[in-house]
Amino acid sequence: MAVSLTVNGERVSRVVPVRQHLVDFLRIELGLTGAHLGCEHGICGACSVRVDGVVVRGCLMLAVQADGAQVVTIEGLAETGEIADLQEAFVERNALQCGYCTPGMLMTAAELLEQAAPRSREEIRTFLSGNYCRCTGYHAIVDAVETTLMKRLERGSEPSVMIEKSVSSL
Amino acid sequence: MKAPRFSYVRAESVEHALGLLEEHGEEARILAGGQSLMPTLNMRLSQPKLLIDINRLAALEGISLRGDNVRIGALARHVAVANSPVVAEHLPLVAEAMPHVAHVAVRNRGTFGGSIALADPAAELPACALALGATFVVAGAGGRRSIAAADYFRGLYETARKHNELLVEALIPVRRPGFVSVFMELARRHGDFAIAGVAFHLEIAGGVVRSGRLAYFASEDKPTLARKALAAILGKRLDGECAEAAAAALSEDLEPMSNPQGSAKMRLHLQRVLTQRALEVAANRAGAAA
Repeated sequence: MAVSLTVNGERVSRVVPVRQHLVDFLRIELGLTGAHLGCEHGICGACSVRVDGVVVRGCLMLAVQADGAQVVTIEGLAETGEIADLQEAFVERNALQCGYCTPGMLMTAAELLEQAAPRSREEIRTFLSGNYCRCTGYHAIVDAVETTLMKRLERGSEPSVMIEKSVSSL
Repeated sequence: MKAPRFSYVRAESVEHALGLLEEHGEEARILAGGQSLMPTLNMRLSQPKLLIDINRLAALEGISLRGDNVRIGALARHVAVANSPVVAEHLPLVAEAMPHVAHVAVRNRGTFGGSIALADPAAELPACALALGATFVVAGAGGRRSIAAADYFRGLYETARKHNELLVEALIPVRRPGFVSVFMELARRHGDFAIAGVAFHLEIAGGVVRSGRLAYFASEDKPTLARKALAAILGKRLDGECAEAAAAALSEDLEPMSNPQGSAKMRLHLQRVLTQRALEVAANRAGAAA
């Protein structure tokens, strides 16, 4: 079946098997290997990608369902600079070891940061609860997200440095 | 694993979807949010011949006040229900349950109707619908019909919806003055399937329980109303002793299933614990509202 969609700001058209899920499409057809496949049944969150502005499980959506959609993967998200501060905080705080969960973790955390609301550590944990990490014990991840959120909220009070989400600039 | 081969059709209208259901019978499955169907496909636990994708049917979307009911379209995403001011104002039980429905990424895609249509015994929304006396509207070749929640849930993933019918919307009565609701569940990880859960909707006047429903999930093969436990609190002042009596009566209402997440005995115990906690909260909320 033919699909046409926007991936990280670029228009792509392909013919795909209808049973192919979105992450296999991104990885195999487009070579975007940032989204990982862990459990492939919606539990681990390693395959998280952004579809039409919100984070979803890439393994629980068919590629054909993304026809006409705006898809952003971790590659696109990193390239726009939207989460440069979060990435820095992950390195700073050592919030990853093997890194398998990291793209999904960043995609989910990006949605929390985008909402720009004050959050307790408990709320951050709950927000990230759909993303498994088997290395870090989560503490450092929560640290990194919390630090980034607090910095953004501080800066957010100065309108000149508002974080801009820009996919179209790619 | 990868999903088995199937055919896929993007439904253009409700009638189109119904025609396909009629034509393909039980070999066709409706694809809504896909947050439960896709895992079963990827694990090859189900092998339908045809998927009918209803995601582009705008007629099935939306959340709005309709007379004395809130109408939730079958395709309303969990995130939309969770953020809806109409739900927050008129269906506080549903609003309280929403943060427990899976995780952010699943809520962004999963649908209210999908949860009701699947009828997973550990799911939150079927229990809320049962507690609130919701009505489900299904469309079939011969037209539409309404099914009361109490008649709808039949057993393990079994509902009164026929295979050639499509769930269109839920109509849920708005909360009337004097009613309070409480939702609670226990899960090993926030957002995972509950191992015990309650959805209570009670009319309390002057501290005394006048009417209502006590719905339980994650223990029976379907969401279940506890009649004996309710009888134990009706007409009584809702205090600790009363809550204890309700918890004690629960063994006559529930016969929890054992599974790797917990034995029947443990689940009954947890439902009793939740019953007492939730009734205490209900009493406090009623007191605060009075």
